[in-house]
Amino acid sequence: MKKTTLFDIISPVMIGPSSSHTAGAVRLGLLAKHIYKNTPKKVKFTLYNSYAHTGKGHGTEKGLLAGVLGLDVDDRRIKDIFNSDIAKNIDYTFSYADNFKKHPNTVDMVFDDSMFVSGESVGAGEVAIRKINDFNVKLTGRYNNLILVYKDKPGMISQVTNLLQKEGINIAFLNCDRNAKGQEASMIIEIDGKMNTSIEDEILKIPDVYFVTYVEKLEN
Amino acid sequence: MDTFEQLYKECLTKNKTIYQAAQENMAIEADISVDKVRSFALKSLFEMKEAIRSGLISKELSMSGMCGQDCYKVQQYYKKQNSMFGKLFEKIIEYALATSEENIRMGRIVACPTAGSCGIVPAALIAISEEYNCSEFEQINALITAGEIGRIISLKVALAGAVAGCQAECGVASAMAAAAVCQLRNGRVSQILNASALALKNVLGLTCDPVAGLVEVPCVKRNPFLAVHAITAAELALCDVESKIPLDEVVDAMGQTGALMSPMLKESSQAGLAVTKTGLKVQKQVFD
Repeated sequence: MKKTTLFDIISPVMIGPSSSHTAGAVRLGLLAKHIYKNTPKKVKFTLYNSYAHTGKGHGTEKGLLAGVLGLDVDDRRIKDIFNSDIAKNIDYTFSYADNFKKHPNTVDMVFDDSMFVSGESVGAGEVAIRKINDFNVKLTGRYNNLILVYKDKPGMISQVTNLLQKEGINIAFLNCDRNAKGQEASMIIEIDGKMNTSIEDEILKIPDVYFVTYVEKLEN
Repeated sequence: MDTFEQLYKECLTKNKTIYQAAQENMAIEADISVDKVRSFALKSLFEMKEAIRSGLISKELSMSGMCGQDCYKVQQYYKKQNSMFGKLFEKIIEYALATSEENIRMGRIVACPTAGSCGIVPAALIAISEEYNCSEFEQINALITAGEIGRIISLKVALAGAVAGCQAECGVASAMAAAAVCQLRNGRVSQILNASALALKNVLGLTCDPVAGLVEVPCVKRNPFLAVHAITAAELALCDVESKIPLDEVVDAMGQTGALMSPMLKESSQAGLAVTKTGLKVQKQVFD
């Protein structure tokens, strides 16, 4: 795990009132938007537990929508996002539920009825995307990330990591998950430094890689 | 450097101040220059001043309607009547309330170390800097000193009410502010560490029991209290009053206290002020 730094203590500059319920919400929305690569036309949010119960008093809904629209945690437009011009062309709904198997601050997001993302705000503004469609992931926004969906078969990891090695990229963390043996699998690679996006195309050329996307770390 | 003892030794053997050791350490960590570290701190300092400026002129209530006009009240009173402790005291409590109220009305603040405790470090640091005409250079030194105190504490105890109660949020902010003030007054390394230890010792066991689960009651008013608390600690330390328990051990005690504290008193609003008759009534009003 990354150690807390001096910078973490004297930042972020953020819209209040809560690092977990406001800034964390913005970051979750923003990460989901980065995964989707686009601003969706339609988004359905489901807030759970503490997010559902105290979200309103903390501007959690505003934060989530602002993040999906690409605003950063310190953007003054968050406060009045529902009436903002940039929110005019997006269709959004919020629903609320209790599910104590889930983390206290959980949100599910469905983009354009086509992508499902679930995330948690784990405290002090730190977040983690835990599910993309059917795959378990852990995406914190702390590192630049490469996300892959591919057929579960021998040699897939080494083919991908070979490509990264050729580019001199160091892997900080690597997590894999699969639905069942020989079925669809997912790989989350957190890297140090930046990656040239042309590597995405190279990886896509590997047989049986279905999907690849590069998600840059969050700046704030 | 993972402990205050290590930090102290580093400063002593290499004849450094805390901010020098901290900024060099951060520069290496992030692979940037010391100047970049200082400009990062300057940006935070600038935003702290902006939050105070906006907070001093606003009367807007929070979304729940519970808070948002106390800074205004305090200013109105001080227009007619001086504080018993003089102008500096007025400034400290005004700046702490201004920042904290900006936070709950969805204004822009610096989470230092957290959003709920955002008024403490700026109030103490900026009010004292104005009183003694401290340069921007000195203010950055003080903020980096405060940050280093918070960083080392956070390596042992997560700075989150849900983990260790408010002692780990407003309490740590107060320890950081005490260090900042001590630095501004040219305290020695040992005095700075003592200031933080004295401040933190005095808030051990502070619970996190916010009404309706919001960062408002008691959080907003706790900020001016703990900003003033930081000044007391800095004053004592500058007089060479020592904490019998060294800072590292005070942090251990805080971690243990936090672990022993019931989860009901750690940001879950299941006990304490949150479940008082009035607390529950407010919760019903806000969310029903």
